[in-house]
Amino acid sequence: MKKAERNPVFGFVFLGAVLILLAALNLYFGSVKFTSAEITDVLLGKSENISAVNIIKGIRLPRMAAAVILGGALSVSGFLLQTFFSNPIAGPFVLGISSGAKLTVALIMIFFLEKGIVLSSSAMIIAAFAGSMLSMAFILLVSGKAGKSSLLIVSGVMIGYICSAITDFAVTFADDSNIVNLHNWSMGSFSGISSGDVKVMGVTVFAAFIVTFMMSKQIGAYQLGESYAKSVGVNIRLFRILLILLSSILSASVTAFAGPISFVGIAVPHLVKGLFKTAKPIIIIPASFLAGGAFCLFCDLIARTIFAPTELSISSVTAVFGAPIVIWIMLSRGKKKASGV
Amino acid sequence: MIEKPVFYTEDLAVGYRGKVLIGGINISVDRGKILTLIGPNGAGKSTILKTAAKQLDSISGAVYIDGNDISEIKGKILAKKISVLMTERIDPELMTCRDIVESGRYPYTGQMGILSDADHERVEEAMRITSVTEIGKSYFNCVSDGQRQRVMLARAICQEPELLILDEPTSFLDLRHKMELLNILKKLVREKSIAVIMSLHELDMAQKISDFVICIKNNRVDRCGVPDEIFESDYISDLYEIPRESYNAYCGSAELMRCEGTPQVFVIAGGGTGCSVFRKLQRENIPFAAGIIYENDIDYLIAKSLASEVISAPAFEPMDRSLTERAKAVMDSCKKVICSLKGFGTLNNENKILFEYAKQHNYL
Repeated sequence: MKKAERNPVFGFVFLGAVLILLAALNLYFGSVKFTSAEITDVLLGKSENISAVNIIKGIRLPRMAAAVILGGALSVSGFLLQTFFSNPIAGPFVLGISSGAKLTVALIMIFFLEKGIVLSSSAMIIAAFAGSMLSMAFILLVSGKAGKSSLLIVSGVMIGYICSAITDFAVTFADDSNIVNLHNWSMGSFSGISSGDVKVMGVTVFAAFIVTFMMSKQIGAYQLGESYAKSVGVNIRLFRILLILLSSILSASVTAFAGPISFVGIAVPHLVKGLFKTAKPIIIIPASFLAGGAFCLFCDLIARTIFAPTELSISSVTAVFGAPIVIWIMLSRGKKKASGV
Repeated sequence: MIEKPVFYTEDLAVGYRGKVLIGGINISVDRGKILTLIGPNGAGKSTILKTAAKQLDSISGAVYIDGNDISEIKGKILAKKISVLMTERIDPELMTCRDIVESGRYPYTGQMGILSDADHERVEEAMRITSVTEIGKSYFNCVSDGQRQRVMLARAICQEPELLILDEPTSFLDLRHKMELLNILKKLVREKSIAVIMSLHELDMAQKISDFVICIKNNRVDRCGVPDEIFESDYISDLYEIPRESYNAYCGSAELMRCEGTPQVFVIAGGGTGCSVFRKLQRENIPFAAGIIYENDIDYLIAKSLASEVISAPAFEPMDRSLTERAKAVMDSCKKVICSLKGFGTLNNENKILFEYAKQHNYL
């Protein structure tokens, strides 16, 4: 079977164009109608219309930016976890890492809300990171015993259920007016994200992304398995620690602001690999980021427009589009195994 | 001063979790030479190889490459000295064979792993040596086992090592691919004067390709030497705990269990004509006797492994008449004779007499 040589530039141009188009659509559509001229004016700072400025700059723009940043973070995190566990359906949601982050964030939020303190966005990230690391520690413990088998995924899903159950329990019995927000958040949503939040998540995710991108070479070597990576000089211990930290930071940033979002982490890296016909990290990492951003913009657009003014939770939309992709991945891999190649 | 070999160990002890599996290992290999480890499954060949490649920490003792202790060499520096081909099978998604080979240049590229022109030259050379240039653009998951193994070898070569460590490189390969791989290896060792340490299960191959052989058994280095010293029938049979005489050093192969019992058939054989008859009788579970065979005859080697009784004559001498009488006695007890010989030479006259005797008594 010959490889169809594909120039990665076309892929990046394509993804960039899709991202920009979806970003524009996200700014355009909403419960209040604006013309595209009005939106351009607001963005260029020439608009006199106060409500337009508030809606577009205060609500739609941060939400759009959050979808791009967090979608990208989720996809890159998924790619890292798939590489780390050599498992095609590993991802922050499937492995229970998102749910772990959700649990700690919810508990800490409830604790502080009862004292009347609203948490800063960086504090949320730290709480989410702690939760991610807890789930991750458990997963690593299991993976030591179970290897790459499906047991890993099963235990991840179980951790996810346990953490979600405890979160729901806590949310149900917490008494505070802010609980409504908490409920929305725990279902996964990009709503209510301020431009301050965007700055914090932007800095965190960007930093983690750059470090990840700089590790492309090591990740590439690791794709051949641990012993070969070691034989070419990768410091495996350091590499594994970095990979765990990075994937946890990335998925924690998402969970802290938008709650757990399913399937993006699994589906997007696979779509990107299919688009570029390669698994080279130096291409897949930035491409996953762009595609993840585009995927989340698309899903968020649907989540808030299809039954407007009622908003769907983002996870229910990502699941509708992401789950079939996961099934397709499993089937195509199964076929490959069966035909003996 | 005598130059030390490029690779050697000093009282090396290897094992897992601090438990010694094999101790007192003192082995060495020079540039341009092949050292082969043989021994039963689970003897610890892979453990030694992994320790030599620093995939596993040694328990005590030391491994030296270029006169330096590998435990003190940094990963990236060591990667320019030692490359490996392990038994673990890799399943890289969407990676072309060329991508795999290129991954061997890892220690030579910069932070982002971009290959320079010189790197590409090395990759192409390695692919040429292993004849995988044609499949460069195919996905690794879509090529045959033989091709994969050659790609992995190309990868190890373009890492430009001084020592190449191969763990059972010929497993899963068919005869042709085994031969191809070992031929490439031999050529490589000669041309690039790389030192090679490998483990092999195929004794016939090990016998032909190795400059030096180490036998691992019962938690120790049981014996080491040049192939001629190692590949003796009795020693190899003992090493693998198979009945003596079933392994044949000249052929480098082992015969299946002989069928014990009083001979039911007598085979008049010689000059290699008997082998297929012996094997057929063995398959059909019929105990047989064979004779009169010269002791330098290939039939003698096989008959010794398979026949319950062999009547043999010392080589290069006319056959003694007493052997003929013994053979006749066996024939009388069998009552069935197969003659695999098509004709009888001057020195084979005794067999002609046996043939006539069998014909007379209707044993044929």
